[in-house]
Amino acid sequence: MPRIAALDYHSQRRKRGLAVMSILSILVVLMFIVSMNTGYIRLTPMELLNTLLGRGTDKQELILLQFRLPRIVISVLIGAALAVSGAVMQGVFRNDLADPGILGINAGAGLMVMLLISFYPTASAAPAYVLPLMAFVGAGATAILIYALSYKRHEGIKPIRLLLTGVAVASGISAAMIVLTLRLDPDKYQFVATWLAGSIWGTSWKYVLSLLPWVVILLPYVIYKARVMNVLNLGEQTATGLGAHVPGEQFRLLAAAVGLAAASVAVSGGIGFVGLVGPHLARRLVGPKAQLMLPVSALLGALLVITADTVGRRIMQPSEIPTGIVVAVIGAPYFLYLLARTKA
Amino acid sequence: MNPQASAEAGLTRGMEAPKLRSRPWAATLILIGGLLALALGVAVSVSFGAADIKLSVVWTSIFHFNPDLTDHQVIREVRLPRVLGGVMIGAAFAVAGAIMQGMTRNPLADSGLMGINSGAGFALALCFAFLPNLPFMYLVLYSFIGAGAGAGIVYGIGSMARGGLTPARLVLAGAAFSALLTALSEGIALYFRIGQDLAFWYAGGLAGTSWLQLQVMSPWIVAAILAAVALSRSVTMLSLGEEVAKGLGQRTTLVKIAGTVIVLVLAGSSVSVVGAVGFIGLMVPHLTRYLVGVDYRWIIPCSAVLGSLLVVFADLAARMVNPPSETPVGAIISLVGVPFFLYLARKERREL
Repeated sequence: MPRIAALDYHSQRRKRGLAVMSILSILVVLMFIVSMNTGYIRLTPMELLNTLLGRGTDKQELILLQFRLPRIVISVLIGAALAVSGAVMQGVFRNDLADPGILGINAGAGLMVMLLISFYPTASAAPAYVLPLMAFVGAGATAILIYALSYKRHEGIKPIRLLLTGVAVASGISAAMIVLTLRLDPDKYQFVATWLAGSIWGTSWKYVLSLLPWVVILLPYVIYKARVMNVLNLGEQTATGLGAHVPGEQFRLLAAAVGLAAASVAVSGGIGFVGLVGPHLARRLVGPKAQLMLPVSALLGALLVITADTVGRRIMQPSEIPTGIVVAVIGAPYFLYLLARTKA
Repeated sequence: MNPQASAEAGLTRGMEAPKLRSRPWAATLILIGGLLALALGVAVSVSFGAADIKLSVVWTSIFHFNPDLTDHQVIREVRLPRVLGGVMIGAAFAVAGAIMQGMTRNPLADSGLMGINSGAGFALALCFAFLPNLPFMYLVLYSFIGAGAGAGIVYGIGSMARGGLTPARLVLAGAAFSALLTALSEGIALYFRIGQDLAFWYAGGLAGTSWLQLQVMSPWIVAAILAAVALSRSVTMLSLGEEVAKGLGQRTTLVKIAGTVIVLVLAGSSVSVVGAVGFIGLMVPHLTRYLVGVDYRWIIPCSAVLGSLLVVFADLAARMVNPPSETPVGAIISLVGVPFFLYLARKERREL
């Protein structure tokens, strides 16, 4: 009897997971359509369809295909990437507060952007294509530095040491940024602050192409590793006992998470909240099993960022609210509601 | 990983390494040596500044005050309140952080997690945007109200849930609500272009500390630190895990409420006076735990002393780096503290 009950439970979970996934997918597609139609210049649904089929005017094509579409695609990609990255970090560190920023990715990228901006006479003089590259370099270098600092001979890496080292390095970088902040002139400061708050500003296909390989390779890789993540969740000793090569698996998963987050941060700035909250939301919707939780996290992250980006473009036209701010304003209340409603 | 499981996993992880030792000798040494060093630091800090004043003059200005001498005036009205403010704030942040880490059993916890920093920051952003030219004392008052409201809401949301307030839930509610408030403050700052002013306030500075603030603050902070010491036994028990504490006969809800009120008073008043010098609350308790072991009866008083020491010397450094202008003390604390923290994180002999 208990065995049947257990089977029942699992099939229920799977059914619920599939239902949640299909609902989320539909919502993402809906938001995609709404978002294409949101902006300073309104397009009717028919114009939208015609333009997509290649029968629009030049102006419509320019707006839709060159400005809006790449931005929307980017928001979907980074939402999914950041949420999955956060899920991996929370799983490997086994800490609820872990997010992609925990390995210093946001701080490193932010510092690089700030340094770069402070070298140019005005904020707009900095070449736009160098910024994401430098942000990526800063993010990756910080993650590597943190990893190297917490490596010890004979025992390698321990998650708790990595976590504390990450926090320390990130706050050191933040301190350096505060000192720099006070010396920037107001215009540059405004630019950096907008960047740090998280706004999708890489709005061309070039950025989509630079982001796509990371997401296309690493996202399936992490989901493929779902079983390993389940085992790691049981604790290091149990995982080792079950035959997992724990340090190696941890390293591979973390490397994937860093790659996903660094690529996203480079084009979007500090939208860290998705990585913190996406996985928690997913866990509360479909349970802790990684095979369900990871795809649901990805979908939720994508939905959250695309919604936030759309809302941010809509509310205060023609100026925009940074997406990161809208993400937190939408995501936090929903998360708090779920937190209060569901049992731990 | 659900929060409950992670909390339990944390417990077993602690069990893996049965090094739950306490080191009373080290703790006594820290208390005595730390207090001596603190006295020295206060003396040096008072005598050092834009106008160099001899230690003997410092002595006479305190015990034989002569209002006609400029040096005496500078010491009495500018430097002394500043240093005493540093002592109090360092102790307050460190003790608040120690209690948070003990109660939530999360090594990343500090008073910022209760929504205190972000609540104060949000109130400040509102003040800067809508009530410019507000007198300093009102800014302090409003940011304390903001801190209290932030903590109250986090606590309320955390305990509204079925199954009551678990540490994991408190931490998550705090992180989410803080993110919300921070985002709103960022939005206000960007819209009204007041980001740099806010950043300066937020980065922390002891420069404006006045006797009036100290008079308002000190009874609360002293009382809260004493209460924290009185509560320390219960915090130790709670740090072994909620079930263990309950099993040992503790009324955990009561302890958690008391702990939260203490954290609110300590961190709320400090944040409103100097800004979010959050790193003290995170780092000092870890440092202390490494030095004196896992017994919060020692951790809490030693954290207070070490926190004061750190802030007093960081403030001194903040004035020395680039005189006569000042570097934000929060930045100095991080820059000094980070290498040290990294060193500790590498040491084998550490527990959570």
